[in-house]
Amino acid sequence: MRLHPVRSLLVLALAVGVALLPSASPLEAQGKGTIKIATQSPLSGELAALGEGIKLGAQLAIEKMKGPLEKAGYKIELVPFDDQAKPDVGVANAKNINADKDILVVVGHLNSGVAIPSSEVYKEASLAMISPANTNPTITDRLLPNVYRVCGRDDVQGAVAARFAKENLKAKSVYLVHNKNQYGQGIAEFFQEWAKKNGMTVTGFEGTEERANFDPILTPIKAKNPDVIFFGGEYPQAAPLFRQAREKGIKSQFMGPDGVDSTELLKLGGDAVVGMHFTTVAGSVKEYPKAREFAEAYKKKFGKDPEPFAAQSYDATAIGLKAIEAALKGSPGKTPSREAVAKAVRGVKHAGITGNVNFDEKGDPKIATYLIYQVAKDWKDNKLVKQLDIPTPAAPKKS
Amino acid sequence: MDWQLVLAILPQVVIDGLVLGFMYALIALGYTMVYGVLELINFAHSEIFMVGGFVGVEILLSLQSHGWLGRINPFVALILIVLAGMVVAGLLAVAVERIAYRPLRSAPRLIPLISAIGVSFFLQDAVRLTESLWRNAFYLTYPSFAVLNRRIELGQSIDFSVKSIVVIAASLAMLVALQFLVKRTRLGRAIRAVAEDQPTASLMGVNVNRIIALTFLIGGAMGGAAGVLFGVQYNTINPFTGFIPGIKAFTAAVLGGIGNIPGAMVGGLVLGLLEAFAASYLSLFTGGAFGAEYKDIFAFSILILILIFRPRGLLGEVVRERA
Repeated sequence: MRLHPVRSLLVLALAVGVALLPSASPLEAQGKGTIKIATQSPLSGELAALGEGIKLGAQLAIEKMKGPLEKAGYKIELVPFDDQAKPDVGVANAKNINADKDILVVVGHLNSGVAIPSSEVYKEASLAMISPANTNPTITDRLLPNVYRVCGRDDVQGAVAARFAKENLKAKSVYLVHNKNQYGQGIAEFFQEWAKKNGMTVTGFEGTEERANFDPILTPIKAKNPDVIFFGGEYPQAAPLFRQAREKGIKSQFMGPDGVDSTELLKLGGDAVVGMHFTTVAGSVKEYPKAREFAEAYKKKFGKDPEPFAAQSYDATAIGLKAIEAALKGSPGKTPSREAVAKAVRGVKHAGITGNVNFDEKGDPKIATYLIYQVAKDWKDNKLVKQLDIPTPAAPKKS
Repeated sequence: MDWQLVLAILPQVVIDGLVLGFMYALIALGYTMVYGVLELINFAHSEIFMVGGFVGVEILLSLQSHGWLGRINPFVALILIVLAGMVVAGLLAVAVERIAYRPLRSAPRLIPLISAIGVSFFLQDAVRLTESLWRNAFYLTYPSFAVLNRRIELGQSIDFSVKSIVVIAASLAMLVALQFLVKRTRLGRAIRAVAEDQPTASLMGVNVNRIIALTFLIGGAMGGAAGVLFGVQYNTINPFTGFIPGIKAFTAAVLGGIGNIPGAMVGGLVLGLLEAFAASYLSLFTGGAFGAEYKDIFAFSILILILIFRPRGLLGEVVRERA
C-alpha cells in the first residue's frame, strides 16, 4: 500500500513523458518506427575490456552516422548483448535477436568460437552479421549469405607470424601451444602449416585449457629449447604461460596472435612479455591516420582510449548503416527486410577509418591489413615492426 | 622415442609433481578432516583456498604500493603472507561452519551439501565483486621475488627454482605439525574422539561444537596456506581458481581414504605426480597423438583402477558404522 503514491507518480511521469515526446523530437512525428543495431560481444568476464570496446565503437558510429536514416523517419537504436565469450550464451542471445524484428544488423562477435554457431542462427532469419574481430577462416568459408567481416583471417595471420619468426627472428625451431578453442587451435595450425612447409622444425604442438599451472607443459619445452614459442589463444592464458616460462629459465622468444593484444597482457605477464612479438589484424588507432578523430571522440565520450577492435567495430557499424540506407532506397516508404539489408552489405564500398573495405564473394574484405608489434615496457610504446596489406585468399572449393 | 629427452626432463617432472602433490595434500586435509568429524563433503573448501590466495596477493600488492616490498626480506614476506592467509582462511572456514552447516547439522545429509555448494558460489562472487570494486580487476598477479625465482643448477639439465623448494618444505612442515597435533596432543585426541563417535565423546566431556569449529579452523588454515603457496608458485589468481584444485584435492582425499589424514597426504602426492608425469610424458610416449590435455583423463583412469581394487582408498580403513 505504501508504494501507491510512488506508483501513481510514476504513471503520471510516464503520461507526461509520452505527451511530451512528439514535441520534443519532431522527426518522431512522421515516425516510421525504430531500426535497431545489435552488438554481441563479451561485456562480462575476462575478455570484457575488448567486448566493451566493440559496443562503444558501435555506439559512437551510430551517434555520428544515424543522420540520413533519421531524416528518412526512423529512430536508430543500439542494443548491446553480452555473449560472455561463451558459444551457448551467444546462440541464446542470437535467438532473442532474431525474435526482435526491429534489429536489422548484428555487429559482433569477439570470439570466433562464439560467432560461428551464432551466425548459423542469424542465417535462419537472413540477418546480417558484420564482424569487427573474428579471424577464423570458417567464419566466411561457409559461404553464408549473411556473414561479413572487416578484418583479416587466421590462415593469413598464422602464415604471417610464421614467416616473421623465420625471416626476422631467424628462428629454426618453434614450439606451438594453443588454448584448444576454434580460434587458438586454428591459428596455431596455420602457423604450423607454414612453418613445416618452409623448413622450420616444429618441436611440439600442445593444447591446454590450464590457467595457472603451466609447469608440466613447460618442462618438455625447456628440454627441447625451441627458438620461438608461439601461443595460439588469448592473454589470460598467454601471460602466466610466458611468465612461468621465463621463471623456469626458458630463453626462447615468445610470439602470439591478436588474442594477446591487450594492456592486460603486460599487467599480468610483467617483464616476461616485454620484447615479445604479436601479430594482429587490428592495429592500434595511431596506425590509421583517419582514426585519429575517432580516437579523440572516443576518449572524450568514454574517458578511456579505444581497445583493439573498437575502431573496427565503428567501421562495421558504419557499413551496417550504409547497407540499411541502400536497402531503404530499394524499397522506398517501408522498412527494408533483413534479407534486403544482408544482401545490400555486399555492395557497400566503405572508406573506413581502419581502411577501405569492399567485400569479396565470401564476405571477406578483398584486402586486409596484418601488423606485427613488439611489446614495450609501456603498452603505449609498443613498436609496429611490420605492416602488410595482403589480398584475401579465394573461397575454398566446394566439395 | 627419444629416451635421452625422457631422462633429461625426469627430475624436473618429479619436482613439478611434488610441488603440485603437496599443494593437493594441503587442500585435501581440509576435506578429509571435515569429512572425518561430520561426514560432510565441504565443497566450499575450494573457495577457502582461493580466499587464502587473495589474502596473500592483497598483502603483497599493498606492500608494493607503499614501496615496502623491496625493503623486507622475501622470506619474511613469504612467512607473513602464509600466516595471514592461514588466519583469514581458518576464521572464514569457522564462520562458514557456524552460519551454513551448524544450523543444518541434524538435517538429512544432502542438505548441508547443498548449503556447501551455495557457500561456494557466494564466496566466488563475493571475492569477484570486492576485487572488481577495489582494484577494478579480479585476475591478480603475485609480485615476484628475484630470490625465489632464482634457479639452483645441479648438473647440465637439472635445475629447479628456490620457490618450488620453499613450497615443498613449507607443506611438509605443516603436514608433520598437523600429524603431531592430531596424534600426540589432548586436542588431537578430542578430535579423533569426535570423529569416532560424537555422542560418546560429548558424554566424556568433550565440547563437540568447539572441536568441530577447531577442525574447520585447522582445515581452513591449511587450505589458506595452500592458496598462498599456489599464488607464489604460479603467480596468478582469480576468484574461480579454487574450483579445479579443489576437485583434484577432493579426489586426492578419496584416493587416500577419506577421513584419514596421512591418506590425504599420500593421495595428494600420488595424484600430483600422476598428473605431472602424464602432462609431460603423454605426448612423448604417444608420438604426439595424446597431448598434455589428456593428463586428467590419464590420471583419473588410474584413480578409477586403484579404487576398483581398493575401494576405501590407499590408506582407508574399513568404515565403521555410525550408531
